[in-house]
Amino acid sequence: MGSTLAQKAWDAHVVRDGGAGDDLIYVDLQLLHEVNTPQAFDALRAAGRTVRRPDLTIGTEDHNTPTLALDRLIQDPEGRRQAELMRENCAQFGIPLHRLGDPDQGIVHVIGPELGLIRPGMTIVCCDSHTTTLGAFGALAFGIGASQVEHVLATQTLPMRRMKDMAVEVTGRLAPGVTAKDLILALIAEIGTAGGQGHVIEYRGEAISALSMEARMTLCNMSVEAGSRAGMVAPDETTFAYLEQRPGMPKGAAWDDEVAYWRSLRTDEDAVFDRRVSLDASAVSPYVSWGTNPAQSVPLHDRVPAADEFADADERAAAARALEYMGLVPGTPMRGILIDTVFLGSCTNGRIEDLRAAAAVLRGRKVADGLHMMIVPGSARVRAQAVEEGLDRVFAEAGADFRAGAGCSMCAALNEDRLLPGRRAASTNNRNFEGRQGKGSRTHIVSPPVAAATAVAGRLVAPADL
Amino acid sequence: MEQFTVHTGTALPLRHSDVDTDQIIPARFCVRSTRTGHADALFADWRDDPDFVLNQAAHQGATVLVAGPDFGTGSSREYAVWALQDYGFRAVIAPRYGDIFRANSLLNGLLTVVVPTDVVERLWEAVAADPTVEVVVDLMALEVRCGDLTQPFSLDEEVRARLLSGEDLISATLRHEDAIAAYERGRRAALPTTR
Ligand code: SF4
Repeated sequence: MGSTLAQKAWDAHVVRDGGAGDDLIYVDLQLLHEVNTPQAFDALRAAGRTVRRPDLTIGTEDHNTPTLALDRLIQDPEGRRQAELMRENCAQFGIPLHRLGDPDQGIVHVIGPELGLIRPGMTIVCCDSHTTTLGAFGALAFGIGASQVEHVLATQTLPMRRMKDMAVEVTGRLAPGVTAKDLILALIAEIGTAGGQGHVIEYRGEAISALSMEARMTLCNMSVEAGSRAGMVAPDETTFAYLEQRPGMPKGAAWDDEVAYWRSLRTDEDAVFDRRVSLDASAVSPYVSWGTNPAQSVPLHDRVPAADEFADADERAAAARALEYMGLVPGTPMRGILIDTVFLGSCTNGRIEDLRAAAAVLRGRKVADGLHMMIVPGSARVRAQAVEEGLDRVFAEAGADFRAGAGCSMCAALNEDRLLPGRRAASTNNRNFEGRQGKGSRTHIVSPPVAAATAVAGRLVAPADL
Repeated sequence: MEQFTVHTGTALPLRHSDVDTDQIIPARFCVRSTRTGHADALFADWRDDPDFVLNQAAHQGATVLVAGPDFGTGSSREYAVWALQDYGFRAVIAPRYGDIFRANSLLNGLLTVVVPTDVVERLWEAVAADPTVEVVVDLMALEVRCGDLTQPFSLDEEVRARLLSGEDLISATLRHEDAIAAYERGRRAALPTTR
């Protein structure tokens, strides 16, 4: 019997076969950000241990960092302390750290690929659930908790049970104006927030092959919103072309060897998946969320559902609660929902392609009166690229607020960029949980083109509606 | 790690599904740099509602949380586990959990027990009828007991052994130091490094 891509990556990292128990898996790269890490370093020190492989570890500042200016202090004293501890810990253990103001700083899941550190077949961990993003490269990348961070720092390994394999077969092609974001929202709406639990999802099929690396990252990013441990796309020519442009890549014959190895990382014809789901990409249209988990999403041309439309009792209760929290009346067309804030950014949609898509809609148009459109680049490199392409001028002319600093910003509202209670945002992030963008905030998850069009119209719309 | 053998306590019925870790502890509290001192942040936003179950006098002192399916989905924040433990919870009973939350809980000695939905409902009803009813979470016998209900549960044998002994996982892994070093010698040379 053949192996899946995920199994091949796993098998290549088994330090110790645990039989029916946990395998001990080698970790090729650990990424760190300032949240969740001080506790891991404290425990490491308390036990008299050290970092085994600082050369396979990298840090960045993203969650707490201000976006208004690069020299602005973190306003929350506790957040500032967390960032200081990150700097002290990285310095003490010799871990490279990209601080705010550094040209390679940015959201942890955005900078790894930019730096050429993410390659097919690698095992990658980070104390952040959206580490799944990096599976776009055919790497096995997953989020871990702080105790596991400590474990990887000390041993460069993790004891883990094999993950199950799930195939998501996407046939057809996405229509123009429909993005990877819409595709993943449609999938999660279909299989639910626990649909991928315990599994690695491998995205396959014509529609996936046609996606850019940025779009694949968006797709894999939200794999965790379907409950899965990881998401992967088999490496192909698109992957190799992206990697070839990155720093630190092998050259000449060594590059050819790498590509040959990467090509072998494909699911064998006779491999068996534990679960298979298929989806027709050509039937997907722009999706938006109406509720407080990502599965509570519908096509933009649809309307707000009523709780009693759900057959399952838990879903019904969750829908009733979400409708109340979101302040929505069943039957309201999604397109009629008034929006006061638009957030474009995050590790889901804060890359250059996302900024280009928004700029294409905003060019020659104005953000609606009274609406605040905040654009936060996913990394300092993304921002520099946007400026080079003149997107900053497009944003300024449209009246959007293009921030100086890169980071998570209003995606999780750990820094000072927060929505006030009752505010309603269209956001390109990945989570619409209660209070996610600030206490009492209401979030509609959207794609970058829908975010930009919504900013212009002041209500949820797609560019085609303008 | 906190050892876990048998725990007896009263239960908090949290009649919600899909309780993500953003609800267990909102992000704004995750700027803290310690493992302890998070009790005030547990369900902080839901606690604004005086009727929220955690605020009800009848349930003060509960140590076993009984929740609906998909408890602890979303963000990987281990603060969710720390906040539950700081508040006094020793075990959670639910039909299904977010994967990362479950791994975090078991590494900290917060026992997350999986039981079928109908058992969760029976526990909710038992607690509704009598909030002082004792729930026993027995890791030795792999059973949850409450009144005339006895529900077996399963747990990975290695995890169970570690919880029973309270042994630190890193020490266990470091016993395989030779295997780690041998693996490192065979790693592909072209793999990237960060410095
Ligand atoms: S952008 Fe949002 S989802 Fe992504 S790492 Fe930052 S806080 Fe997490």
